Amino acid sequence: MDQDSEKILVRGNEAVAMGAIDAGCRLFFGYPITPQNEIPEYLSKHLPPLGGEFIQAESEIASINLLLGASATGARAMTSSSSPGISLMQEGISYMAGSELPVVIVNISRSGPGLGGISASQGDYFQATRGGGHGDYRTLVLAPSTVQEMYDLTYLAFDLADKYRNPTIVLGDALIGQMKEPLLRRKPEKMTLPQKDWALTGAKGRKPNRIKSLYLQEGELTEHNWKLYQKYERMKKEEIRFEMVHTDDAEFILVAFGSMARVSKTALELARNEKMKVGLFRPITLFPYPEKPLYDLSKQAKKFLTVELNTGQMVEDVRLSVHREAEVFFYGKPPGALPPPEEILEEIKKYYG
Amino acid sequence: MSTNPFYYDVIVAGFGGQGVLAIGNLLAYAAMKEGRHVTYLPTYGVEMRGGTANCTVVISSKEIGSPIVHRPHAVISMNLPSLLKYGVRVQPNGLLMVNSSLIDLKEVSRNDVDLLAIPVNDMAIENGNPRMANMIALGAFVEKTKLVEATSVFDSLEKVFDERHHSLIPSNIKAIQIGMEYVKALQK
Repeated sequence: MDQDSEKILVRGNEAVAMGAIDAGCRLFFGYPITPQNEIPEYLSKHLPPLGGEFIQAESEIASINLLLGASATGARAMTSSSSPGISLMQEGISYMAGSELPVVIVNISRSGPGLGGISASQGDYFQATRGGGHGDYRTLVLAPSTVQEMYDLTYLAFDLADKYRNPTIVLGDALIGQMKEPLLRRKPEKMTLPQKDWALTGAKGRKPNRIKSLYLQEGELTEHNWKLYQKYERMKKEEIRFEMVHTDDAEFILVAFGSMARVSKTALELARNEKMKVGLFRPITLFPYPEKPLYDLSKQAKKFLTVELNTGQMVEDVRLSVHREAEVFFYGKPPGALPPPEEILEEIKKYYG
Repeated sequence: MSTNPFYYDVIVAGFGGQGVLAIGNLLAYAAMKEGRHVTYLPTYGVEMRGGTANCTVVISSKEIGSPIVHRPHAVISMNLPSLLKYGVRVQPNGLLMVNSSLIDLKEVSRNDVDLLAIPVNDMAIENGNPRMANMIALGAFVEKTKLVEATSVFDSLEKVFDERHHSLIPSNIKAIQIGMEYVKALQK
């Protein structure tokens, strides 16, 4: 497919769909839910002409199990949903983590708990970064903050999933999903990836492969869990991604991800206009969390303010990262009105100085 | 495009079906064509025809942080509820554009803003297509603010509108020009 040479103005959700197509994903399984419907809408139109399959399943549970089956064959496949739908998928995600299947799951999160509402929220941070389903596992979690990143990080998610044979989550929210921004549909460089010699492709001329998460022989499961652990440790070494803005001379650090990082960026500019030495730390990978760079900042800045669209989740990772080197404050907004930058500026003033 | 730092934000609001999202989309697309950074943030979801609809457009010479704006440079209010909700938020000395076909100007409580009253519905009916009121409003806004070139807006129509509506592009261009002419006449 030809890459568009000029910028186009698209919604974040459409950018996710384009990133998936450009990454070679040809299989999508899902069930509709606001505010992510533009993803299946786009893929339902564009996958079939490319020889792909778009299946609207009867439920999220069916979707995630279709995804499990498809990825077991080595194909690039994905699903997308929003918070309540992602909850329904957790059993399947746990099975795929256990079976080491590379899939991409997009959560354009909305507000909860329960059916909650359709407004933007970052209330799924714990669920995304702590595994989400049962068992001792992690998923890679990428948090886009712009429409361009919705495309770039979806593309990257497929490579990371394949590199680690692990489910990878793209965690956006209603704000980033619904807003439009210019997108340059450039294909990022593709990683060199291992052969999928584990895939179920028919055992002609070779021993049968097996994809499973059940280990009953003595010692087998211990070994399997240690193997998964090693993989997560390797992610921590190799996959940390983050952005720092004006941190060079900063004495006060805002920490925010996704949509809230954008609002914080403007709040930072307002603070700089008033001569306050404020910087911004934006984690792009939520798992693995950029603990080390955050810790390094705490040697220079002694006050951190975490801003989230929830009542306090990522702030725990910030506290774990800086240990006791700095004070960590929190400003949270539960679902409802989104905070304008001026509101965050007021919070900065509360703790600055 | 000038290299001077540039930043402008506007909230476009009205009721569902008035085409306020189309106004925002076209502004954003035209500005992008001119090399600007833009964001377009719509309300979404539990809206319906007759309910409220609004969008926020930010146009800047550099990367845009917040797409959420509390005190915009301009508000385009297409009906009374949107004037009451967003009119109070325009920055002092900012631009408050109201659809005077549907809004009694006595409802405008601000005297510290630049008020631009345009009877866009009446003008649209006079020109034979009541559905073009939003394009007349867009033309008036573009002429007043000079945010983007009219030609950039015209060129954006085929990008913003679905292909099945492309036959309507000439009448949209005409409506935008009518809005522009109206403001030019006011300024004479």
